[in-house]
Amino acid sequence: MKENIIDIRHLSKSFGDKKVLDDINLYVRRGEFITLLGPSGCGKTTLLRMIAGFLKPDEGSIMLDGKDIAGVPPHERPLNTVFQRYALFPHLDVYDNIAFGLKLKKTPEDEIDKRVRKVLKLVAMSDYEDRDVETLSGGQQQRIAIARAIVNQPKVLLLDEPLAALDLKMRKDMQIELKEMHRKLGITFIYVTHDQEEALTLSDTIVVINEGKIQQIGTPTDIYNEPVNAFVADFIGESNILKGRMLRDRRVAFIKHEFDCVDEGFGEDVRVDVVVRPEDIYFTTDPAKCQFTAKVNSCTFKGVHYEMYVDTDTGYELMIQDYDPYPVGSEVMLYIDPDDIQVMKKERTENKYTGTVTAEGTVEFLGAEFECDTKGFEVGEDVTVKVRFEKVDLLDHEDEAITTGHVEFILYMGNHYHLTIRTESGEKIWVDTNDIWDKNDFVGIKILPKDICLEKVTAANE
Amino acid sequence: MNTRKVFARIYIWIVLVVLYAPILFIAVFSFTEAKSLGNWTGFSMNLYKNLFTGSMQNSSGLISAVENTLVIALIASVIATLLGTVAAIGIFNLKGRKKNVMNFLNNIPMINPDIITGVSLFLLFVFLHISQGYTTVVLAHITFCTPYVVLNVMPKLSQLNPNIYEAALDLGATPMQALRKVLVPALRPGMISGFILSFTMSLDDFAVTFFTRGTIGLDTLSTYIYADARKGGLTPELKPLMTILFLLILVVLLIINIRQSKNSNKK
Repeated sequence: MKENIIDIRHLSKSFGDKKVLDDINLYVRRGEFITLLGPSGCGKTTLLRMIAGFLKPDEGSIMLDGKDIAGVPPHERPLNTVFQRYALFPHLDVYDNIAFGLKLKKTPEDEIDKRVRKVLKLVAMSDYEDRDVETLSGGQQQRIAIARAIVNQPKVLLLDEPLAALDLKMRKDMQIELKEMHRKLGITFIYVTHDQEEALTLSDTIVVINEGKIQQIGTPTDIYNEPVNAFVADFIGESNILKGRMLRDRRVAFIKHEFDCVDEGFGEDVRVDVVVRPEDIYFTTDPAKCQFTAKVNSCTFKGVHYEMYVDTDTGYELMIQDYDPYPVGSEVMLYIDPDDIQVMKKERTENKYTGTVTAEGTVEFLGAEFECDTKGFEVGEDVTVKVRFEKVDLLDHEDEAITTGHVEFILYMGNHYHLTIRTESGEKIWVDTNDIWDKNDFVGIKILPKDICLEKVTAANE
Repeated sequence: MNTRKVFARIYIWIVLVVLYAPILFIAVFSFTEAKSLGNWTGFSMNLYKNLFTGSMQNSSGLISAVENTLVIALIASVIATLLGTVAAIGIFNLKGRKKNVMNFLNNIPMINPDIITGVSLFLLFVFLHISQGYTTVVLAHITFCTPYVVLNVMPKLSQLNPNIYEAALDLGATPMQALRKVLVPALRPGMISGFILSFTMSLDDFAVTFFTRGTIGLDTLSTYIYADARKGGLTPELKPLMTILFLLILVVLLIINIRQSKNSNKK
């Protein structure tokens, strides 16, 4: 037997113009609990539906036990799914719901009976076999949905946000039970969720997906401790994400202080993003250990720990979690261990587009015409347009705006916000701003002519 | 408060009397022999006897009219139920604008006056050179019944868990099995009410039948009664027939209502 039960290669899928999955490569080891994690609309459910066979990939292949299953219809795949809203059959009772798959396979009556009773016991629903499924509570329906899937002894169990509709307490209990079931059954579980805590609790492996692309694959501790980019760091757990500069190997500067770290190979004097988890910033009373000072801005009790916001001596805001509270307004000394500083390559350093000079003094990009200095360029010439993040003005009205868009993603960087704006033309523009915007806010976009930098299109830019 | 209650009582009784008096009137006068309506000549079961023994004028015409009515209603409502269910599933799975447009198009035939449906179907059949008779009447009835089935099945589809069909496939059902074992049982209440509505719509249709039955002398109950009344007074035996039909439909309605309330009690 091969070690990998599922092998996904170069999988892509579009709905209309929208690319929902883009070149997904992923393998699933036999017997593991793997979680596809991402915000809603990231493509994780689409990926699961393609594995189940409800959707056909545009490109790429899905191998199950070494065989391509692209052409196999869902009812012939040895996989079973637990759906988000249970999807039990309302006209059948609990027993017949669970026996549905076995009856279709013409399993002998006594065998069906034995297996149904066994799974009912496994999901702790033994006395419910004659009940009408609509009389059951959400949690009970979920158990029946799981029983209905695992009674068929699938090679892989697919779970599409199975706990999303349950209340918090129920969800926590079911998480433990699911983990226990996985251990007992030895079946491979592929689990879809947008709940990062659930993913961290349940999984052997987490696959973080955003905008149709895999961001990171790793164990829960890998993903938490060593996020590869700002998105993963922000999505999993709480974090301080900051602009930094790698001075040399093992030495990084951020919040206008220099720190020792353990990262190497970024080069010298390179711009980077830095992640520090709030529980990794320590208070000290020893001036020798102190790396920087700060003033406590707010302090909230969170049950196990206190969550504090501090303003550093250099004007950055950091979140700190500690078991002991520090009074608001007090000056504190802080330090960070080299181990706890996660340095990430910057994904982008400025906005960059391909535009066209439409007339003397105007250039077209992002589906709109912007005024700028076009000296040295001919009308009709294609140019590379560069705009620095902080040079984009966001307005709350259309009047003076050149084009418009919606706030898609917000990242707090200690002393400013880094926003991802989806423009009307469907493209993205990144903006650094001190103003507070909410997700999905409508914004007008304006860029001053002097801040638009044009360059000749060169082969390297293409 | 009390007088208000009394007025409410009186009002509801007036409404009920106005609604049911004509039917009651026919039912009462079906138990007398008088030829002209409204004359009570003593209790008699003779009209019922005549109806069932066939000893009335043109009884074969009446019997074949009743037969035609029932057969046409049955064929039309069965086919309309199948077509309407499939159409409802199709419309339900459309997205956005297309769905609204299709729903709107489905509603037009229902608000369209029967007379217009009748005349336009008549013109269509003439235009297509389809000789008019039994087939055209059945086709016409299917046409005006189908939208009602769509309308009855649609809410059942919206109540349905969107994943239920996929769940059946996932558990090893072929698309046909999934349709038969999961989708149809879930939609059955809507299909049944659509069927009953179609059946009654077809039963009492006059205008559409009148324009599409052609000239071969095909009669349903409504066209027969219309012709009969024009010939010189209603045949007295029609009174017991109508009474029986009314009672039959009443019983069917009662059975449906009792079943429904039992079902909702179970839940």
